[in-house]
This record gives sequence, C-alpha cells and structure tokens, in this order.
Amino acid sequence: MSEYTMRIFRGDRSDGEFVDYPIEVDAGNVVLDAVLNVQATQAPDLGVRWNCKAGKCGSCSAEVNGMPRLMCMTRMNLFDPAEPVSVAPIKTFPTIKDLVTDVSANFEIAKQIPAFQPREPDAADGTYRMMQEDIDRGQEFRKCIECFLCQNVCHVIRDHPQNKTEFYGPRFFVRLAELEMHPLDTADRTALIRDAGGIGYCNITKCCTEVCPEDIHITDNAIIPLKERVGDQYYDPIRWLINKVKGE
Amino acid sequence: MAEHERHQYDVVVVGAGGAGLRAAIEAHAQGARTAIVCKSLLGKAHTVMAEGGIAAAMGNVYSDDNWKVHFRDTMRGGKMMNQWRMAQIHAQEAPDRVYELERWGALFDRTDDGRILQRDFGGHSYARLAHVGDRTGLEMIRSLQQKAVSDGIDVFMETTIARLIKDGDRIAGAVGYVRESGDAIIFDAKAVVLATGGIGKSYQVTSNSWEYTAGGHALAYWAGADLIDMEFVQFHPTGMVWPPSVKGILVTEGVRGERGVLRNAEGERFMFNYIPEFYKAETADTEEEADRWYDQREGNRRTPDLLPRDEVARAINSEVKAGRGTPHGGVYLDIASRRAPEEIARLLPSMYHQFKKLADVDITQEAMEVGPTMHYMMGGVRVDPETQSSTVPGLYAAGECAGGMHGANRLGGNSLSDLVVFGRRAGLAAAEYAASSGEAKMSEADVDATVNEMYSFFDRQGGENPYAVQQDLQETMHNLVGIIRSGPEMEEALTKLAALSERAKRAGVEGNRQYNPGWHLAMDLESMLVISEATTRAAFERQESRGAHTRDDFPTSDPEFGKFSMIVRPDADGRPTVSREPLPEMPAELKQLLEEVPA
Repeated sequence: MSEYTMRIFRGDRSDGEFVDYPIEVDAGNVVLDAVLNVQATQAPDLGVRWNCKAGKCGSCSAEVNGMPRLMCMTRMNLFDPAEPVSVAPIKTFPTIKDLVTDVSANFEIAKQIPAFQPREPDAADGTYRMMQEDIDRGQEFRKCIECFLCQNVCHVIRDHPQNKTEFYGPRFFVRLAELEMHPLDTADRTALIRDAGGIGYCNITKCCTEVCPEDIHITDNAIIPLKERVGDQYYDPIRWLINKVKGE
Repeated sequence: MAEHERHQYDVVVVGAGGAGLRAAIEAHAQGARTAIVCKSLLGKAHTVMAEGGIAAAMGNVYSDDNWKVHFRDTMRGGKMMNQWRMAQIHAQEAPDRVYELERWGALFDRTDDGRILQRDFGGHSYARLAHVGDRTGLEMIRSLQQKAVSDGIDVFMETTIARLIKDGDRIAGAVGYVRESGDAIIFDAKAVVLATGGIGKSYQVTSNSWEYTAGGHALAYWAGADLIDMEFVQFHPTGMVWPPSVKGILVTEGVRGERGVLRNAEGERFMFNYIPEFYKAETADTEEEADRWYDQREGNRRTPDLLPRDEVARAINSEVKAGRGTPHGGVYLDIASRRAPEEIARLLPSMYHQFKKLADVDITQEAMEVGPTMHYMMGGVRVDPETQSSTVPGLYAAGECAGGMHGANRLGGNSLSDLVVFGRRAGLAAAEYAASSGEAKMSEADVDATVNEMYSFFDRQGGENPYAVQQDLQETMHNLVGIIRSGPEMEEALTKLAALSERAKRAGVEGNRQYNPGWHLAMDLESMLVISEATTRAAFERQESRGAHTRDDFPTSDPEFGKFSMIVRPDADGRPTVSREPLPEMPAELKQLLEEVPA
C-alpha cells in the first residue's frame, strides 16, 4: 500500500478544473484502478470510459502526467508517490465530461471508407486460400483496438483543429492500408486516400507510432506505403503522361 | 409530459457484441428498419475480449471432424442439459458463419495450404477453433462492426435500455437513456432482439467488464419472459490471480490448446488425478500419451489439461484447498517449458503482453499463476431453437443472454460461434415477425412512468453509495453462490439479497444526469439483484451436482434431475419462482451419436 494523490480533470464541454483526491494504491494497481477507486469512494459521478481493463478494447485513453496512454495498462508504480498523478481527457477531442471525450468524429470517418470487396472464391466450395505470409501485415493492422491515441497525438489535427475535416488521421490510414493490402480485396481507394483522406498532410513525425499500445508500425508500415501508392498513381511523371493521353 | 427523443423501427437490437451485430446485419438485409442500441462505443462490447477462437467443424486440420462430432462434444460438455436442437443447429451452421466472416474481411490464421487454421481447445475432439493468435474476438467484432457500418445500419452508442414496453402480450418498444445527456430516449419497435451478454459484475472475481450487469436477462424477465438454466454459471479455470488489481482477467484456454500444462506447487501435472468417469474412455492417463495426442490423434487420447472447463476449475479449486497451491492461491500454468520463446510470443501475443505489463511475468520464461474466475452465464432467456423467440411475442434473444444452447457447461470456442449462428437466426426471425405483424403501440402512461422512474433516483436524499451495494452483492454471490454451493449458504444468500435490495432502493445519486456512472450503477443494481436471486433460487432447487453447478451437499449427479430444466419466471408479485420442465426428447439418430466413442 502506498499513498498517492490523483489530480483528475473534472468538468464538461464549457469549463473544468483539476481536483485532487488522496487514495491508497495496492500492489500492481494501474491508473484505471486508482480512478475507479476515486469514483467508488469519493466522486460517484466521475465520468470515465472503460470496458475490458486488459488493454483489449481501447476505451480508457487519457493523458496521464501529460502522456497519452491507456489507463488500464499504466502501472501506478511508474509514478513517484510524492508527486500528484494528473489524469486529463485526451486533448484533441472535445470533452463531454471529466475524462470522457467526444470521439464521434472517428465514427463518422469510418462511415466514409468503402467496404471490403472480396474477389470471387478460390475453391468450388466457396472458400478462399491465403498464405500466412501474405496476411501477416494485414493482421498487424487489425490488431488496432481503436483507442484513438494516434488520432489524439497527431499534430496535424491536435495543433491545427481546422484540418479535422480534411484529414482522416493515423487510425484510418491503418484501416485503409489494411484494406488496400488485403489479399482478397478488389477495390481501389487511392483517390480517397489522397483527397478526402488528405494523406499529404502527414509529414511522418511518427508520433502515432510512438503511442500505439498495440505496437503497430503505423508510419512505416501503413502511412508510407499508402503515400507511395498515391505518389505512383498521381505524381509519377510517366504515369501522369499516360493518364493525360488516355484523358483520365 | 416533456417531449423526448423518439425513433421508430421495425427491429431494435439491444447490444453490439457479436450476437447483436450479426442480428442487426441480418434484420437489415431482410429489409427491416433496424437500429442497434449499445451501452458502450461501437466495437468495445465484450466480444472484443474473447481470445482463443471460434469453434466450427470445418475439418481443415483433421478432415474427420464434422458437425456430428461437434454436436456430440457440445452435448457431453453440457452434461446433456443442452436444448439438443440448438446444439445441432449450432454445430451444423458454425462453419458457414466463419466463412462468412472471412467474406466480410476477417483475417484468420492459416494452415500451410492457405485455409483457415484451427486449434485445440477443452472438450473438443479435434482441433476446431478458427483463431487469430489470441485476439479472435477483436477480429470478429471488427469484421461485424465494419460490415454493419458499411451497410448503413443506425447505431445509438452509449445508450442504455431501461425497460421494454408491451402492447398487451407483445413487445411494442423500449425506453432508455443516453449516457452523454442523461436524457430519456424512446424506441417504438415491432420486435426487440436482446443481445446484452452476461451477468459477471454480480461476482467479485470475474473476467467480465462493467457492462455485464444482467441487463438483458432482467429486461426479458420484467417483460414476463421465461429464463432457463439460471443455475449454471461458468467459472473459467484460468484467470490471473496476481497482482490483486488484475485478479480474474482471463488467460485463454488457447495456452493449454498450444501445449501449456497445469501444475501444482509441487510441480505435479495434477489433472491426471481428476479425470471423471464420464470422460475416462477418451482421456489420456499418462503424460506420454497426453503429449503424443497433440500431434497424433489416432491411438492417443486427449490430455486431461483440456477437459471441459467445469472439470478443470473444480480440480484447481481442490488443489488449492488441499494446500498445493501457489503463493498467491492459484496453480501454475506452464507453457515456458513446453515451447520455444519465439513460438509462445507468436501464438499467444496478447497473453505475453498482458502478463509482462500487468504482472511483471515473462510467460516465455516462467509459469503463470492462475485460478478460477467467473466467466460466462449458461442460463438466460428461454428461446425457440429455430427462431430465438422468447416466450413473449416480438422479443428475441441471442448470445450469452439467451439460454439453453450450452446446457450445464459451455465448451470454449462455442460462444463466438453461438453469437453468429443464433444472432443471424434472431435477426432473421425478428425481421420476419416485424414484417408480418401489425403496428404495436406503447401506452404513453407506461413510457412516462419509466422515464419518471429513471429520473427519480435524483430525488433520493442521503442514500446508500451504489458502489458499496455492488461490492457487497459481489461478495455475497462469490462466497455463497460461487463455484461450490450448498443449501444453507444459498438460503443465507437469499436473505442477504433481500437486504441488499432494500439498500439498493435507497441508493442515492450525486451530481446531474450528464454522463453519471453512479446513477447508471444505481439503476443497474436492480437488474443485478433480481437476476442474482433468479440464479440462487434455481441453484437451490437443483439438488445435485452437474456441469458448472456443484453442490457440497449433493456431490453427485442425479439421473432424475438430468431429465428437466429449471425455468424461472415472475410470480404475481414479480418475485422469481422456479419450476421444472422436462428436456425435449432427442431423435433416435442423435441419441445414437452420443453413445459413440470417437477413435
């Protein structure tokens, strides 16, 4: 048992402040345990999202001492008991209440992405054949738990909120890369990636990769290959000439 | 009365896990105006936590596998308490549902010839679980979620249904609240599909998330629907036991499927001492045979480490009680000595990550400490096997909140397949019912009464802390209606539940209606308490031990009790009463299957 002070943001869309709560922390406790302890004993109306408490659902994203993290996977013993541990809502999305933010913009972007379109089945019984090495990369992308920490730290939208309507953000480039590299998919989403997705805004600072709790190599494995596809299709001089001649 | 947000649909699906999403996709495909209403954000439902795989007799690894073997394994795992027709439909349709997920974008692990790979799991005769490492649930929910989104189905996230409202005997709609605003929301609906999951948050040590407050079980019960098999509560044998903050978090059965073994503090593979008569003929009795079985089915019998969950959970409980447990009161689950480190990290990445981050244990180097954790509710809404219709017209249920499919004990992997097989059937039947039935109308007085009741929590002054009431409920159910039960303890539990219900009525709420978890919990206590009572009463009535239901005072199975299911329904005062109903007669050709012992 050790004593900590949790400095938790309390507020709503218009206003708020940090409030200190003294608590006792058990062996192995994570930040989410501490926050739920405050909720159960001192602040029953403290708003916080969580589900699995095991790093699998991506609900409990917050900024702990300024670092974007999953509260359920952040151990309290990382922090010095002598200093307050601050817990704030993720900054890039509007606060609804306390630690709960309005992440609905992400669900709106998800609606714009054209669905998976598989090729015809490979076998007479309607099944497909894919080799493991051909899906390893796709499986890496599908580890994404949609915690939106990558969206939160991406400076294209964090520092320039006006870009939010023109830039899908790292989570959705991972989704698009997964579809584009899916061995069965037949659709071409390159134009969407360039135009509505606004991939050109990304200048590969890799902030997204650094915070990904699933260790997805977002920049190297998803964004850069997508940029290359856009480059090949639209900015390759020979391709440009061919397109011009064909009137495309 | 104030105007509330109000919507009209043919089919309202409550819950957005595997069953709810699959039901909504089907209802929508049938042309029904369909909505999904879910307590969390889309994609966060409990299905996301499923790890090991989805059971379907595709025969990709062992071509001898087929629906008949799967049916037999499921019935035997359920100690013959399953509704046989559900177990049959499930075994027959599961492969199609897995291939369908692939057509919707799922990327399952592959065999060497490029087909879907399958892994061993407890109680399954063959390697049968399609999987993605140990994050199969995430793959499944994402595939279904993306399909539902691209189909354009309306989703009401972070919205909780508080009551179903009927027009005469039939369902007419639902009333609930939006978490963000705390405002009421009203759905006029011809049909409602419940897909709300389980009851785990009434227990102290559980692998379940906060959402598992028995919501769907209670909505159905309050609407007058029958519940079935409520005494059968599954304790998963392997939950984390240390440190305290992670106690109960699931450790996938896939660890044992991938050759992990259980050992006591003395290093003994104790499962060989716990092979029940029922499974003797098909279980290895030496370590050598058990180890050979992983690679060669012919001539070798299944390792006792992969007995069904009820058997393994009881065995662990006994070892710990006998003083052969680990320092933190569990047993060891050892895969480190059985496989190369890089293989373990590749096959079980999420387990590796979870132990490393939360417990400072490297599972490629040392054994895990594990013990039983409340995991799954076999009991639920009594449904028609073909349509998933409850006993209330217009009300359907699928997935964990429905009962009957798994009998007295669910096999691992049969839950994910249950979700999609019966989710689809529920969505189909609900859409057909909505298309063929006339308009149903909620009485405005019923709507207003429900809204007033939800808001009335704020009028309670100086009440009980709802979190404290929940903690006491969890302790009561854990200690008195847990893995091992007895008549006197369950009587004590009923007394305590009555006292807790009184306290819950005084549970006060601080703050305002906006995103207020204390208020949400105060409301959820009602459902948790009534369903805890239903479980306790059904368990009290079943005076035998069978599957997950183990009685200290009746330690053996009684063939007489094997002939009927316990049905719980409200009496005239709304209190749960238990009655016995005979299990349906199984056709001769299926009975025959159950008697065959596989090679």
